[in-house]
Parts: sequence; structure tokens; C-alpha cells
Amino acid sequence: MELRHVTKRYEAGAKGTPGAVNDLSLSVPAGKICVLVGPSGCGKTTTLKMVNRLIEPTSGDILIDGRAVLEEEVTTLRRRIGYVIQQTGLFPHLTIGDNVAVVPRLLGWPKERQRQRRDELLALVGLEPGAYRDRYPAQLSGGERQRVGVARALAADPPVMLMDEPFGAVDPIVRERLQNEFLRLQEELAKTILFVTHDIDEAIKMGDLVAVMQLGGMLAQFGPPDEILAHPASDFVARFVGADRALKRLSLNRVGELPLEPAVTVTPGDDTELARERVRSAPFPYLLVVDADRRPLGWLPADRIAAQGHIDPSLAISMSPLLDRETTLKDALSMMLDADVQTGIVVDRDGRVQGLLTVEAIGVALRPESNPAVLAPSAAAAAS
Amino acid sequence: MDVDWGWITDHLGALAERTGQHLYLAGIAVAIGFAISFLLAIAAIRRRVVYPPIAAVAGLVYTIPSLALFAALVSITGISIVTAEVPLILYTFVILIRNIVAGFDSVSPDVIEAADGMGYTRNQRLLRVELPLAIPLIVAGLRVASVSTIGLVTITGTLGDRFGGLGFFIFEGISRDFTTEMLFGAVPSILLALVIDLLFTRVQAAATPWTRRRAVLTPEGSEVPV
Amino acid sequence: MNIVTTTLDWFADPTHWEGPNGIPIRLFEHISLSAASMLIAVLIALPVGFLIGHTGRGVRFAVGLANLGRAVPTLAAITIVLPLTSALDPQNGFRVYPTVIAMVLLAAPPILVNAYTGISQVDRDLVEAARGMGMKELQLLTGVEIPLSLAVVLAGIRSASVQVIATATLGAIFGFGGLGRFLVDGIANQDSGEIYGGVVLVGALALSSEGVFALLQRLLTSPGLQRVAAPGRVEISSNEAGAAAQ
Repeated sequence: MELRHVTKRYEAGAKGTPGAVNDLSLSVPAGKICVLVGPSGCGKTTTLKMVNRLIEPTSGDILIDGRAVLEEEVTTLRRRIGYVIQQTGLFPHLTIGDNVAVVPRLLGWPKERQRQRRDELLALVGLEPGAYRDRYPAQLSGGERQRVGVARALAADPPVMLMDEPFGAVDPIVRERLQNEFLRLQEELAKTILFVTHDIDEAIKMGDLVAVMQLGGMLAQFGPPDEILAHPASDFVARFVGADRALKRLSLNRVGELPLEPAVTVTPGDDTELARERVRSAPFPYLLVVDADRRPLGWLPADRIAAQGHIDPSLAISMSPLLDRETTLKDALSMMLDADVQTGIVVDRDGRVQGLLTVEAIGVALRPESNPAVLAPSAAAAAS
Repeated sequence: MDVDWGWITDHLGALAERTGQHLYLAGIAVAIGFAISFLLAIAAIRRRVVYPPIAAVAGLVYTIPSLALFAALVSITGISIVTAEVPLILYTFVILIRNIVAGFDSVSPDVIEAADGMGYTRNQRLLRVELPLAIPLIVAGLRVASVSTIGLVTITGTLGDRFGGLGFFIFEGISRDFTTEMLFGAVPSILLALVIDLLFTRVQAAATPWTRRRAVLTPEGSEVPV
Repeated sequence: MNIVTTTLDWFADPTHWEGPNGIPIRLFEHISLSAASMLIAVLIALPVGFLIGHTGRGVRFAVGLANLGRAVPTLAAITIVLPLTSALDPQNGFRVYPTVIAMVLLAAPPILVNAYTGISQVDRDLVEAARGMGMKELQLLTGVEIPLSLAVVLAGIRSASVQVIATATLGAIFGFGGLGRFLVDGIANQDSGEIYGGVVLVGALALSSEGVFALLQRLLTSPGLQRVAAPGRVEISSNEAGAAAQ
């Protein structure tokens, strides 16, 4: 999807008009999520609506798959673009099933195919078709309605989706869950998505690319989220992303992206002689006690290692938090602070020790001079 | 059709007199109807249980033709001002009670809570907070009631020549099969209704400065939430 | 004799059920006149109301027209139309047209206003969602806007219908048929039984029409709209009642 010098002007003095857009150019690679973020009135929603021509641009071109949207018949265009809006826009007089099948029906699909697709989509967004298809929107919770909104937008399997604050109307806990579910879904579906939000945290979390817009409909910065956090292009962007941008970067990066310290381990029953020898080579005076499958049991301080005999696991003390490679640095740091320790234990899917992550290592990774490409290879790839 | 202009010029005095009578009959009805509706509406606001029976009676009255009410009352109260006014007052009441209650209902619960929070007593809140906010719908109701009463007064002409206002000419014109006289009653009564309607648009605008520039259209027959 | 026995006696008299002035004929006249007026009013006012509500254009025009129609006293309206129709068609013009035209004038404003209001009250987000999914304007109107505003639209027709049934009695003053005959003749003959009988018949007819529309509304409204309020639901707001029956 590509926007070329897109401009939308409104007559001066006209009240209640959406934000204008000024000479906006950006392109979203296929299968990526591009988030438009900015203060209210910055023209982000206007930009979104120009793509499906709910608003006609004053000048400029918008291309999807190389085809200019302005040259297409408008309803045909809209039927192949998924559209999710903040209040979900579910039709209260239709059942959930009929809501999901709106576009297939508009496209004149055979009834049987509509039915199949409807059930398939409800299952996809985690709503049991048998329990949900005949209910009405008023009978659903906010979170469930948002899922139906997503399912409806996906109905005709559109390659492109427009999402206007799709998770804006639910409480933070549900929003977090919906975001995660959607990201998981997107891994399979790989839609090209333009996503509007006013929430910088959501932008950073959801976007492969983030376009920060400022009042007047100007693009302030466009790039992968980590780059925007690490190198804000202007004071406006720096203010908008917030003073805590270094902390925000933590949520972008995962434990697996940092070099881990090797863990020095012993197994119950090991000879204490051996243990004492190992602790001398360890970076700190502790040994990690692991079971036969290398699953961690606890820390054994050097001064508790008996003079002779075998390792006694009951002498091991407080565990460090267990992290996996997918844990964000933010969560990792938070867990370590909670447990009042300097080190987290990184384990694999089966709970086997992979290595150690220290608070200090996180600090090193966050220094501005550290290369974001090293830290966030996925985001860097998206930008190229 | 022929209009007898000579007859018209001869009867301009009678026209003025009948217009006065028309306004007098309508004025009494709206004034008394408003007083009753207002008191009952306040009672309904205070004690919700009072309202459903009132609304039910109002809905029933609505289905009775005015002609029938006038006619039916003759056998009870004879040809008198009471016979003319009771139906007029009843219809005014039917319209106004719904609007006044709806007016008070339109006050947002937040505003009421804020007023309570600031320590208004119940009566103070009613008089200084709820009433001013209910005024737009009350005035809208008064407008419909007044215009409709102007129309209904013409029908009181069925009670004889002491009533009817401008409608008197219509009834006399029918009995004499004299088109000019029928129109002499019909056209001025339409103009009178339109003038009253216009006057009320001014009152409405003055009473609700914040809605200016917005067209006011109100749907009909919607149930008043109880 | 009290009102009840007077009325019952009148209904019990078999001669009141026969001939051209019998209850069945007068009832039939009244129903057909009201139905014809309502049909014409609906055919004119509904499309105009939908159009204004959908496009948002012509609202001022609608307000003006509706207020004008509301303000004109029905008796005066019939009086004005009468000489015109009897000049055009001396035979039938004097019999039905004036009442029908006045009834259309009476019924059209509430139908138009409610159609307009209903459509324009539909949540703008829903309309935009529908457009965004690629509905054409007509699909949007019939598939989303009309179903969502049905309660308000039907309330307008229902209210107009009751007004028409009650007010069509006025035609009898000019010598037309229908249930108004019993009222006018009852006054002329000083026959209370006939007056009460007429009142009962008109009231019953009006209440039946209310019932029919209430049923219609229940049948046509989506179950999704009959539950407790939810976001995006059309608000059916209470508002001023229509002009009283005249």
C-alpha cells in the first residue's frame, strides 16, 4: 500500500471537520502493520478513510497493489478492504453470524459458502460458532464485540485492512489480550494493515512501522518503532513518545535478542569438591542447582557449599524469576525488580536452563549508541 | 366558484368579533390545561407510580374524536361554556402532560446528581435546575397544544352560534350552503393557527438560545419512558 | 337512564345494523376512507422522509412543511378543499375527496417527521461502517438505516393513523359518510344513544389500529433491538405528542 503526496484540505472555518492531511507519503510493505499515531486532529483518521474513500483526497495518489484506489469503483474497492472501527460498528439488528457475513452477502456468495466462512471466522477469533452465531451484539461484552468486528473485516479475506482504534473501546486488560491475539492472528494471516491509534504504547506494540503525525496532517517521523524511540526525529516526536521512551524500548525487545551469560550449574548429588571448583570460575559466588533435566531448583551460595560430601538441594536459596526467550525486556526487568534480584534465569520451552540475564546486560543494551538493528532485527528488516 | 366580496366587506366587524372569541376560547383552554398538566406532571415526577395511569387515560382520550366529546357532553352539561371548554382542556392536557414529563425526564441524571451534591433541597432543585432545563420541551408542547386548540375551537361551532369562533362561519356557511361564508371562516382560522405557530417559534428560540441554528423536528407518538 | 344502558340499547336495536345508514356500512366507509388516506400519506411522506433523513438535505423544507401541515385546522382544510373538488367533479367531489385530502394533510407530517428523525438518529458510526464495507446507498438505506429506525418510523404511522380515524368523523359535518354520521346526526336528533354509539365505534377502531401497529412493530423489529440498550442502539426518545385529534 502506498500513499503518494496525499493531501486533504478543508475549507477554513468549517466546524467539526476531521483533521486535514498535508502532502503525506508513506508505503506499507505487504503483510506488515503500519500504525498511524498522533494527537487528535492530526489527520490520522482522515488518512485512513482516504484509503477506502470514505473521504476523497484533495490531491495525491493512493495505490493498493499498484492500482490507484481513485480509479476503482468505490463499492468494489471497499468490499476488498477490511474495515474495523472503534465502536465496532456492528449492526445491532443483525445476529453475530449475519454481521460477520455482511460483505460475503454483498459480494453475492452462495449461502452455503457464507455459512462456512462465518463459522470459520468466529472460530478464528476465538468465539465458539455454535454459541455465538445466533446472538445479537447487545448480548456480547465489549471485548467479544471487538472480536466480531475483526472477524467481520476479515470475512472476504481482504489483502488489506484498515483499523481505526480497533481496541479503543475496551478496558486495558481486555485490550492487552486482544492486541496479543491479533498479533498472533496476523502472524498467520499476514495482512497489509493500516492501523490508527492515539496511544503511543499501542503503536509501538502493534506496528512493524510507525508513522507519527502532527497537527496539520504532517508526517513527523516514519520508521520502525525502535528507531522512533531511540532516535526521535524532532522535539515533537520526542515529546509525543514521552520521557520514558527508553523504558518503552524495553517492551520492544525480547530476552532472546540479548547475549546471555552462561549459567554455572550443579546437580544434586554432585561432589562438593567439583562444585567449589566451579564456583571459582563463575562470575558471581553462586551456583545454580538444576535437576537431571537441567531444570533450575535454586541458588546455592558459595559459602554454603559443604567442605565435603555431596550437593544438598535443600540448602539452595531463593529462585530468580524464570524468563523465556520471548519475554520482553520490560517484563524481565519488572520480574527481577519484583524478586529483588539482579539476575533472571532464561529457560527454554521445557523449562531447561539456557543462560542468565542480568539487569546490567539490559542497561547495556539500552544505551542510545547501541545499534537498534542488533536489538530488533525484525523491525529493522521491516524497514528495509 | 364565486366569492361574494360584498358580503365579506359587510362582515369584517363580525370577523373581528369572532377572532376575539376564538382566541378567548382557546386561551382559557390552554391556560387551564397547562395548570392541570403542570401540577400532575410534578406529581408524576415525585411519585412515578402516578404516571402510568395518567398516560393511559391520556392515550385513550386521544382516540376519541373531538366532535364526539362535544356532542356527548351536551347531554350532560347542556349547551354551555363548560361543554365547549372541557374537551379543549382535555386535549391540551393530553399533549402537555407528555411533554412536561418528557421535559423533566430529559434532564440528565448527572446534572441532578451534581445539584444534589451541591446541597440543593428537592424543591430548590426542581425550581432552579430541572425546570429551566425542561423548558424547551415544555414550550414545544405549548406550541403544539396551542395550535391544535386553535383548530379544535372551530369545531365548537357544532354547539351553536354562541361558540365556534371563526368556525361559526363554517357551520353557518354549510347550513346556508353559502361557500363564501364557509371560506370566510376557514381561511382566517388557518391564518390564525399559522400566526400562533410562528409566534411560538419565536418563543421557542428565545427560550432555548443554545439550540439556535439547529432545526427543531420532533418525532411523534414515541412512548414516554416511564 | 344512564350512559351505559343508553349506549347498549342503541347497539341492541336491530334497525341500526341495517341499510345504508347501518353500522356495518358506516364502519366500512370509515375504514376505507381512513385506509385510503393513510396509504396516500405513507406513499408521499415515507420516501420523502427517508430521502431527507438519508441525505441530510432539505431538513428546513421538511420542518416548514411539517409545521404547516400540523398547524392547519382540519375542519378549515376540508372547507377550503370542498368548493375546489365539487367544482372539478360535482358528483363524487362532494362525497369523499375533501375528507381524504384533509386526512392526507393531517397524516403526512407525523409520518414524514418520524421517518426523517428515525433515519437521521441512526448512529453515524454504523452508517460509516456500512459504507466502509462497500454497501451502496440503497443497500445502506434498506439494509441498515430503515431496520434500525423502524420503531420511530412505525410510531409516526401509528400516531397518524389514530389521528386520522378520530378526525375523519369531521367529514360528516359536510354531509359525508363514515362513523361521523352517528355523531352529527345524533347531535341533530338529540339522540344520546347514537352519539355514544358513534364514540364507542370510533374509539374501538382507533384502539384496534393501535393494536395492529403494536403487533406489526413487534413482528418487524429485529430481536437484536429489543434487548436492553447497547452501544450503537438507536435511541427512541420521548418527544412531544402530535396534534390532538380534531
